[in-house]
Amino acid sequence: MPGERRMVPDATPQSYYGRPILKPPVWKWMVPAYFFSGGLAAGSSALALGAQLTRRPVLRRRARLVSLAAVTASGAFLVADLGRPSRFHHMLRVVKPTSPMSVGSWLLAIFGPTVGAAAMCDVLDVLPGVGDAAGVVAAAFSPAIATYTAALVSDTAVPAWHDAHSTLPLLFASGAVASAGAVGVIVTPCAEAGPARRMAIGGAVAEVAAAKVMEDALGDLVGRPYHEGTAGRLSSTGMRLTAAGAAVIALVGRRRWAAAVGGASVATGAALSRFAVFHGGIQSAADPEFTVTPQQHPVSAAR
Amino acid sequence: MSVELDPAALAGHVDHPERVGFFTDTSVCIGCKACEVACKEWNGVPDDGLEFLGLSYDNTGSLGADTWRHVAFIERPRADDRAGVHWLMSSDVCKHCTSAACLDVCPTGSLIRTEFGTVVVQPDICNGCGYCVPACPFGVIERRETDGRVWKCTLCYDRLKGGMEPACAQACPTKSIEFGPLGELRARAATRVEQLHEAGVSEARLYGADPDDGVDGFGAFFLLLDEPQVYGLPPDPVCSTRDLGRMWRAVGTAAVAFTGAVAASFFGRRSA
Repeated sequence: MPGERRMVPDATPQSYYGRPILKPPVWKWMVPAYFFSGGLAAGSSALALGAQLTRRPVLRRRARLVSLAAVTASGAFLVADLGRPSRFHHMLRVVKPTSPMSVGSWLLAIFGPTVGAAAMCDVLDVLPGVGDAAGVVAAAFSPAIATYTAALVSDTAVPAWHDAHSTLPLLFASGAVASAGAVGVIVTPCAEAGPARRMAIGGAVAEVAAAKVMEDALGDLVGRPYHEGTAGRLSSTGMRLTAAGAAVIALVGRRRWAAAVGGASVATGAALSRFAVFHGGIQSAADPEFTVTPQQHPVSAAR
Repeated sequence: MSVELDPAALAGHVDHPERVGFFTDTSVCIGCKACEVACKEWNGVPDDGLEFLGLSYDNTGSLGADTWRHVAFIERPRADDRAGVHWLMSSDVCKHCTSAACLDVCPTGSLIRTEFGTVVVQPDICNGCGYCVPACPFGVIERRETDGRVWKCTLCYDRLKGGMEPACAQACPTKSIEFGPLGELRARAATRVEQLHEAGVSEARLYGADPDDGVDGFGAFFLLLDEPQVYGLPPDPVCSTRDLGRMWRAVGTAAVAFTGAVAASFFGRRSA
């Protein structure tokens, strides 16, 4: 329109034959699976410490075992995803604060064995003092384990990951709390599962809220991958499962079968939410528009 | 930031040689692809597939594990209504950023800063974690799936050590690829842009020559004749680790929230 300043950037930004500028992440399903299992391990260790301190022996033992199973799976996922799995120990060659993956490797190198010690002492009924001490150390590392993966994906050039750096840690933290509570609800008799139920419900509410806040903060353009294609489907299905599972636990969570169904729903929702973030990043890297337009119009592209 | 960073010194090299790099002047590129060939020959880079892409004369596509120099071809209708097309050709390469995200995020220390200020992968260390791949704001570094490790331009580290210039620069017949100390290259590039502007080529612009940009300046910069994205380059790339402090603070906040949420779950009725 003559005389009016155009407020909207070009609809079709220029690119080189529409080819992506960024290389898509080479990570396979094991990486988002690790984001879930790592969060589950962290949340379960924290839950186990709570049970340890409030003298809930069944919840303590089951949560320690869940944490051990999840951290074992985590290690397997991480090694299997390497291009050269036999060189996994190269992760511990250096300590690099500029690399969230290096920081995470060291965190896991401490967290994993302490989780193992806590669980084994409990199951074998030996050295309860050592088990409890290991449980304290594992729980002390769990907040970092549950959240550093957000910095790991944010510290990339992928717009849907990088620009989410202020909100993604909360999404991952709430997913960890929700999934640990949910699995705790499944494996623990109702009488001792109160804290796990509250973690599952509170974590689920926080997770749905954090996803909403993250997508809103990213804005229409950079946040678009989370609403489209594989990522969009994973995200909406995950959120529905999370919300429905939390409702089931809240309403009928004191019945064992209902609790198990609700727990499975919340845990699956948390897993799908990690896969949604992963696929959102892949979709974000694949389209040059997400890379070019925010760099051309840093003010109009929502931060 | 007004003081220019010395990446080799920051990496701990003492009495290091001058920082070297490339100035790729695309205004004199003739699209011969001698750089692509020379690079492959010297560095023993495997083939990247015999494919017909249908993108003008470009059958290489993009930089990657098996392509360390890539010549882009852009066909434009002539501005003066004459028949035929106006060509843009440009030989792309790793930018050897002053602040290199690939190097920052590498968890094994496989990616290193050399004494020449360049960024090089050590193939005997790389375990193929793939973190550098999405970290690169230019999409340069890539994992070679047949061997599981990442690869990219080394700026011919072996040739530099032997006092030679990189293979692509030596092979370039038009001096579109110029190699030398970065300071000299920047001065030469500034003169060249002025010349082109005086000759009426107002669209000529330098890309990556500014040490105050998002990656604190490229070690390999360009003279372009259109917007960077036309060549498949990001207009304003940023080294993602620039925001790492904010990321760790957000992680800290979330970690506190995590702890609070778990602790709060243990308040309430015992039988609940």
